[in-house]
Amino acid sequence: MEIFVCVKRVPDTGENEIELDSGSNGIKRDDLVYSINEWDNYAVEEAIQIREKHGGSVTVVTVDNEEGDEVLRREMAMGADRGVLVMDKAFEGSDGRGIASILKAVVEKEHYDLVLTGVQADDGAAQIGGLLAAMLGWPYASIVNEIEILDEKKIRIHREVAGGNLEVYEVDLPCVLSVQTGINEPRYVPIRGVMKAAGLDVPVYGTADLGLSPESVGEAGATVKVKNYFVPEAGDRAEMLEGSTEEIIDKLIDLLKSKGGVR
Amino acid sequence: MALHIYSYILHNKGVIDDTAFEAISAAGVIDPDASITAVAAGSGLDLDAVCNQASKHYQEVWKIDSEALSYPDAEVIRRLLVRIIPKGDIVLIPHEHFGMDLAPGLSVMLDAAYLSDAVDFGGIGDGRLSAIRQEFNGQVNTQVECDISNGAVITIRPGSFKGDEGQCANGPIVDKTSEAMEGGIPAVGRRFLKFVEAEVGEIDITQSEVLVSVGRGIADEDNLEIAFDLAKVMGGDVSCSRPIVDAKWLEKERQVGNSGKTVKPKVYLALGISGAFQHLAGLKGNPFVVAVNKNPKAPIFQAADVGVIADILDFIPELTDKINEIKR
Ligand SMILES: Cc1cc2nc3c(=O)[nH]c(=O)nc-3n(C[C@H](O)[C@H](O)[C@H](O)COP(=O)(O)OP(=O)(O)OC[C@H]3O[C@@H](n4cnc5c(N)ncnc54)[C@H](O)[C@@H]3O)c2cc1C
Repeated sequence: MEIFVCVKRVPDTGENEIELDSGSNGIKRDDLVYSINEWDNYAVEEAIQIREKHGGSVTVVTVDNEEGDEVLRREMAMGADRGVLVMDKAFEGSDGRGIASILKAVVEKEHYDLVLTGVQADDGAAQIGGLLAAMLGWPYASIVNEIEILDEKKIRIHREVAGGNLEVYEVDLPCVLSVQTGINEPRYVPIRGVMKAAGLDVPVYGTADLGLSPESVGEAGATVKVKNYFVPEAGDRAEMLEGSTEEIIDKLIDLLKSKGGVR
Repeated sequence: MALHIYSYILHNKGVIDDTAFEAISAAGVIDPDASITAVAAGSGLDLDAVCNQASKHYQEVWKIDSEALSYPDAEVIRRLLVRIIPKGDIVLIPHEHFGMDLAPGLSVMLDAAYLSDAVDFGGIGDGRLSAIRQEFNGQVNTQVECDISNGAVITIRPGSFKGDEGQCANGPIVDKTSEAMEGGIPAVGRRFLKFVEAEVGEIDITQSEVLVSVGRGIADEDNLEIAFDLAKVMGGDVSCSRPIVDAKWLEKERQVGNSGKTVKPKVYLALGISGAFQHLAGLKGNPFVVAVNKNPKAPIFQAADVGVIADILDFIPELTDKINEIKR
């Protein structure tokens, strides 16, 4: 099974306060701690587990700048066989469609049976897998939380829908799946793996390697553009309890009593 | 020129989903002059009931009726929609599990722009629609512009628009089945096998009046004990956000949110939970929400009644001790 996993480097929202940068209409990126998108890490683990059981290879691919190299090597240290960094000035400012069309060109450079993405990344769009599948003309299933390989041509998957209920489908290969968190328990990155991955070659592909015209991707080809970042209005914001911890707890207990939380 | 907007209708067992009415409001914000058509696929009496409900509020309802659609498969529905929806128009789809399956690919097949998870809209200028989205789990909003000159498929976050049920439209129901089915049910590489209901566990948080809910901020499985201690003195139960279940620290039946349980307690403590919309979707009945988070910018503070900026690992035991003291 030749597996292609799309990954993205994102600011870790558990660790960072995202702040606005008034100068650029963007956010302050310099001090952010980045890591691999949580969903993608589950996708890579799933791919590695499939390879361990059924053979084949795992290729991790990201569209990014030089910094993307680190995320690829992290996933290679986990066990992915190859990393590909897709990088070109012309790719900057790509919207979801742009990224998907770049990834399509990478997928089509070689033969793959299965393409995995995470369900969503930092922009919450949950779009790349579905766009890519339609561009490739392959079947697609989103929010997948179980994958079983039936044979070389077919898999059975579970999709997690509302209320934690499941839909079970049989899907023909090649196909694209977006992977949900909790599908497996991603392994820790072994130190040995880090050293090994540091020595591996990570090829870089640009527009020319992929046969893409610069005006079809990047800012130039984007139909959806982010114009401005802003902080949601504080209108309905919670009443913030302030003071010493003791004072806060006293106030909170009074409130809880009146609401039935402390009897 | 006024836009034409199609709204894909979700329904279950003959009951139309609230998002169908939210889409009418959303369409009105996109373009007050737009004409709007509901599109409903399904089968038999259930579908008829849904179309009747839709027609009360939509100017027009298109129905696609086939036994084969009694359980809707997005891969099939997408191809049927491409046969009947003209290129260049706007299609609205709810941003939930079915919409996420259907919508991105639909935009590719219609050669239209794809705009995902919109929570609000500005106006249209120069063929571009201004929309509001959220990034980083709701920590910041973005204003985006979407070029709609070749049409657009737009997913709308459930609950972000008020359901417009007031308007009385009594639109005609148009049977589009034969047009959609011309050439038969489209062949797709994915086959629906079955639906499996979530397992029923031992604890039922949907009945709890007080929920002590923990998120990733709890940091370690061993720390869960402090949440159970607090729940005990409050006479409540422990619930959690999704990452806690993903890590297998708590059972799935304790997960609050759209892929977990919908709860309706009187009091909900959100401890170390950022407040992602998929989590908040499980919180109903207007409970008194207390959020404790170390990040003053955490979106949970937008949803809470009362907020405390603190480290939960210190705060929870102190709160438990104090309640214990009072009770003694
Ligand atoms: C299709 C789909 C369905 C989903 N369904 C659900 C669902 O049903 N339920 C659900 O919960 N999620 C669901 N999610 C996931 C959701 O998008 C979020 O990823 C998730 O809710 C985040 O959980 P969290 O708030 O615990 O973690 P995070 O977003 O990582 O937030 C952790 C918070 O804890 C704070 N914190 C950290 N340490 C401390 C400390 N010591 N003291 C105080 N605060 C601290 C941080 O500031 C942060 O705000 C779904 C996602 C998808 C794509």
